[in-house]
Amino acid sequence: MTPPTVPVLASAGADFSADSIGLVFIKAAAILVFLLLSVLFALWFERRIIGRFQQRLGPNVRGPFGLVQSIPDALKLLLKEDITVKGADKVIYRIAPMISVFCAFMIFAIIPFGPAVQIPFTDIVTPLQLTDLPVSVLYFLGIAGLGVYGIVLGGWSSGSTYPLLGSVRSTAQVISYELAMSLSLVSVLIVAGSMSTSEIVNSQTQLWWSVALAPAFVIYLISMTGEVNRLPFDLPEAEGELVAGYTTEYSSMKFAWFFLAEYINMLNVSAIATTLFMGGWRAPWPLSAINDGMFNEGWWPLLWFLIKLWGFMFFFVWLRATLLRFRYDQFMNLGWKVLIPVALAWVVGVAVIQGVRQFTDISLQTLLFALAGALVLFAVVLLLIPEKKPAADGAAGTAGGSGTPGSGTPADAKAEAFDAFAGGYPVPPLPGQSLPPSPRRAKVTAPADAGPATDKENTDG
Amino acid sequence: MTEQLVLSTGEAVLFWVLAPLMVLGALALLFARRPVHIAVSIAGVMVALAVLYIALEAPFLGVAQVVVYTGAVMMLFLFVIMLVGVDSTESLTETLAGQRWIAIVGGLGLVALTIAIVTRATFASPVGLEAANADTNPVGVARLIFGDYVFPFELTAALLITAALGALVLSHRRRLGPKRGQRETVEKKLATFAESGSATAVVSAPGPGVYARTNSADMPALAASGETLDASVTTVLRVRGQVLRDEEAAAQTGRVAMIASGAPVFDTTDEAQLEDETSEIEATATESEGAEGAEGADPAGSDHADRDDAGDSSPETDEGDER
Repeated sequence: MTPPTVPVLASAGADFSADSIGLVFIKAAAILVFLLLSVLFALWFERRIIGRFQQRLGPNVRGPFGLVQSIPDALKLLLKEDITVKGADKVIYRIAPMISVFCAFMIFAIIPFGPAVQIPFTDIVTPLQLTDLPVSVLYFLGIAGLGVYGIVLGGWSSGSTYPLLGSVRSTAQVISYELAMSLSLVSVLIVAGSMSTSEIVNSQTQLWWSVALAPAFVIYLISMTGEVNRLPFDLPEAEGELVAGYTTEYSSMKFAWFFLAEYINMLNVSAIATTLFMGGWRAPWPLSAINDGMFNEGWWPLLWFLIKLWGFMFFFVWLRATLLRFRYDQFMNLGWKVLIPVALAWVVGVAVIQGVRQFTDISLQTLLFALAGALVLFAVVLLLIPEKKPAADGAAGTAGGSGTPGSGTPADAKAEAFDAFAGGYPVPPLPGQSLPPSPRRAKVTAPADAGPATDKENTDG
Repeated sequence: MTEQLVLSTGEAVLFWVLAPLMVLGALALLFARRPVHIAVSIAGVMVALAVLYIALEAPFLGVAQVVVYTGAVMMLFLFVIMLVGVDSTESLTETLAGQRWIAIVGGLGLVALTIAIVTRATFASPVGLEAANADTNPVGVARLIFGDYVFPFELTAALLITAALGALVLSHRRRLGPKRGQRETVEKKLATFAESGSATAVVSAPGPGVYARTNSADMPALAASGETLDASVTTVLRVRGQVLRDEEAAAQTGRVAMIASGAPVFDTTDEAQLEDETSEIEATATESEGAEGAEGADPAGSDHADRDDAGDSSPETDEGDER
């Protein structure tokens, strides 16, 4: 799973030279168990929180707070009949879910859970991280790109229309959003001066990159949602349009692989966001100052890492509970016409500032002050430019019919009779116009005892 | 080339596991019939190559190989192959006259050129991995690319951008009319509605299937008047003549009605019994229809109504129900 030989890093990163083969296996197994348990927990977590958002309870029967509900659900899924579709391309149909899930499991190898700790009851000191490469962040991007093969091939090999459409969508989606995502990560790499995850965590001792590089962080947040196919970007499996997208023809264990991969991928991008933007395992500011950074040592960092990780998971659930699915063209427009240009401009800006710092003697403070001065100057110039005169009819109609150009002045609108069939088809009244009394209303209110009720209705309405 | 080439056991095992797989993948490129299989095998070879690079302590090259070639280039290939022909096998007929000879000549020329360059080139003595990876592998690579070889690197970038621009220009299509967005479409629909007064201009076409009988795509929907709506079945099925015919629909409806009435249903179609049952149900159905009178044409109310019945009665109810 992981490359056998890892070059020893520069002093800034984590040091793995003391790790024996046995320890590496133990760490790998621990990560595997952690991921599987996290997925079970995530299922419960998501259903409970969605329940709260929708004013209901969510699963609360099995175990304390319904915590073990995921286990019977998972078992039920695995015990279902495993159907292989007749028209499927058998080999690829079976390989595709494996590709997805293996790639999903590989990312956590480079995630630092904490600094070097002493394993209890032994004198082994080792970083809480399986391995680190000088190119860890690229490794993440590469494996994420490889994981798409699972989706694409799964959709294609099913030999059916909806899965194929789902997989085509997902390819286009992941390729376009991976561009924006890698550009946003590049700015972190530039300022941190390294691609190794442990070094990037170390570079955030003073300031988290989510603060210093806020635009890149926002772009990453959007593109990571697109990358893992979550709402509002879950177009590859839009159930209203594509049944279940690329998983339509999959059942039982093979579907479970895809399902597992999807949730692990959520954990993956959350962990990357934590590591690259939120200071990794470092304690948040007021805590980090307590007692000479007591909370940044030993096993404490594991707690901060998990809290941040699940904060991002909560963000995913929050998005799902709040937003509607995008239309496909809107989604592509957002990716190509907004995210990529903004990310590109931001990377160029960061590179220029970093270059000036590197190759000249100007300090960062003076540079930032100069930039702020330029921005203020720009704002002042913008203020001085006279406001563009709005079009003649728009200026007249601002008071009443705002947003309906051509509706005339409010006085005119009141005076002019409301034409329910303006333009030949039924239209609602525009702002400022009122409906004429309905001819049918008299009939409805005619019964004697209905009189007071309608009055009440009128006052309420 | 190097005198201290030391291969650890791990590396040897890795090589002998990966190398046969890579050879298999490369052979699949030549002999596999389906384009998607070929694409997947190339991707596999690239990934294995990347693993070997990483094992040889060139992590940047290995990971870049996966990101660029497997993740982007090969994925685009696969994308196109999937879209062009989902189930197509490779066509072995030659469409370009004489292309085989041109290809052979070109290939020979390339081989000659490569041999000429490689034999004349002089290689500097290797410095060893220690020196090359002195400040981490990516930094070493960056020094080379952006230092010694910055000019070829920028030229390659310019070439790629030119190619991308060329593709954009060639595939650009001039807009013939004004752009029609959502708003324009709606306005046009409503204008048609205002002119013609028919609701089909603004309401979507009816879906196939009849409520509580069958939802299959080849079963035409029923209008409120009881006539079948041809527009509800897709054009493909209509052209192929696969629309469910009346008698089949009747048989199906009878079966559904049987299930609904709670009568025992047998999987082996016993003709006599089926007829018996249906005629009985028909009798009850006509009774209930009579009781309901004019509302019999309502799709929900005419659940038990036999399809033949509905088809027969449609001409009369037609005039009564329309407006």
